[in-house]
Amino acid sequence: MNKVVNVDVKLGANKFHVDEGHAHIILKDNPDLNEYRKLVNACPAGLYKLEDDGTIRFDSAGCLECGTCKFLCGETILEKWEYPRGTFGVEYRYG
Amino acid sequence: MSEESFDAIIVGAGLAGSVAAYVLAKEGADVLVIERGNYAGSKNMTGGRLYSHSLERIIPGFAKEAPIERKVTKEKVTFLTDDTGVTLDYHNGREQTAIEESYTLLRGDFDQWLMGKAEEVGAQFISGIRVDEILVQDGKVIGVKADGDELTAKSVILAEGVNPVLGEQLGMVKRVKSDAMAVGAKELIELPEQVIRDRFNLNEDEGCAWLFAGSPANGLMGGGFIYTNKSSVSLGIVCGLHDIGSSNKTVPQMLEDFKNHAMIKPLIEGGKLIEYSGHVVPEAGIHMVPKLVDDGVLITGDAAGFCLNIGYTVRGMDLAIASGEAAAKAVLAARDKNDFSAQGLSSYQTLLEDSFIMKDLNLYKELPKFMENPRIFNQYPKMVADIMQSMFTVDGSPSQPIRKTLMKHCKEVGYMNLIKDGFKGVTSI
Repeated sequence: MNKVVNVDVKLGANKFHVDEGHAHIILKDNPDLNEYRKLVNACPAGLYKLEDDGTIRFDSAGCLECGTCKFLCGETILEKWEYPRGTFGVEYRYG
Repeated sequence: MSEESFDAIIVGAGLAGSVAAYVLAKEGADVLVIERGNYAGSKNMTGGRLYSHSLERIIPGFAKEAPIERKVTKEKVTFLTDDTGVTLDYHNGREQTAIEESYTLLRGDFDQWLMGKAEEVGAQFISGIRVDEILVQDGKVIGVKADGDELTAKSVILAEGVNPVLGEQLGMVKRVKSDAMAVGAKELIELPEQVIRDRFNLNEDEGCAWLFAGSPANGLMGGGFIYTNKSSVSLGIVCGLHDIGSSNKTVPQMLEDFKNHAMIKPLIEGGKLIEYSGHVVPEAGIHMVPKLVDDGVLITGDAAGFCLNIGYTVRGMDLAIASGEAAAKAVLAARDKNDFSAQGLSSYQTLLEDSFIMKDLNLYKELPKFMENPRIFNQYPKMVADIMQSMFTVDGSPSQPIRKTLMKHCKEVGYMNLIKDGFKGVTSI
């Protein structure tokens, strides 16, 4: 078995313009955990975290803007999903 | 409201958007492209490989001036289990015509070049602006709202990508079910040019496209990929969202395990991660194509679900380019008649239906369903590996006739399943 991946380190290779104070994805309060688990598994940026004690932790900074969470849970546990405002968010230098 | 009214406003400076702008501007149309990123390509990524045919027909000889990485001459497909790999390796040393060639590329450079071509022939381009809303009047699209400004146009081309927020807003794109989608994650790993050539057995400027079925997606629909660039390797996985909730691995973990597979690790040893990207892949083929044209508006590229996953290759960019061209031609035809209604723009639909886009999407319409079969991604890679192991292992015990070995491993999957899947597979491609 390989070591547990640290996605934050990978995101560190990227260029981001974080729009402080304007989260472009907002979770509903007390989201259904079965739905949330889908996002834990699917988000390529690993932004949806589930702590050992069962608490959830989510931060939209580091988002790759792929839309996976919107497709999976846009109608269940996401309060808001929109693209970051112009100029903000991830900026692929290579793509 | 702005005095000026464009012939077309294009949302998104990806391949579909830039090509539409190029074709329109070349014919003298007033066209504006609005991109939310800081430059064309800044929000875009690909696996990836571009099949050149559709762009070659629009800009002949483009590969000589465009920032492409390598010409693909080596195709590999591997059935991968956790500890084995069985590979089909095809080296194509034959002469190819320009429309038959394909290239690995990176979108940051490539999209800027393509948008630049559109600007050269007169298209206007603004970046760093997000279109927030499509303006509709009396049921007809009349422009866009961006950053509080309203800009009017005779037509709007939505080239906004796989997550069509604006297309949904207009009700043209139905919210796509997640089981029609897959997620891709990619690492761009920097390696010296000579190391890439040595490790992948490549001649100068030649590249390798390598797909992996089986363990990369943890038994879910999907697989892994490697594309060689000039001095980097694009390595990633694609995983269907259908059953992601029950996976015992996260997508980033799948990618990490794929990277650390004994067959992959030596290929990227010593490489440096220079970018990590993610993208959704529309995989339902023809079944997810939305309403493509309405009064004053057309939908192109990924936003229209124009993607073909044929198992041994995935195509999206060549479809995006051809659909951008078709949308532009439809706008030009509408401009001649001064009729930008759905009727006036309807040649878009006809052009698509007469092109490879709709023909291929129709041809492969049974394939997405076939690919949901878990045997394809679980049992068959294992079966092939088991057969190989039996064939190539010599331990001094009396040998079995090959047919018996084969039959033993086929039996594990089930003869009926093999026949059924074989038949379905063959008839869906």
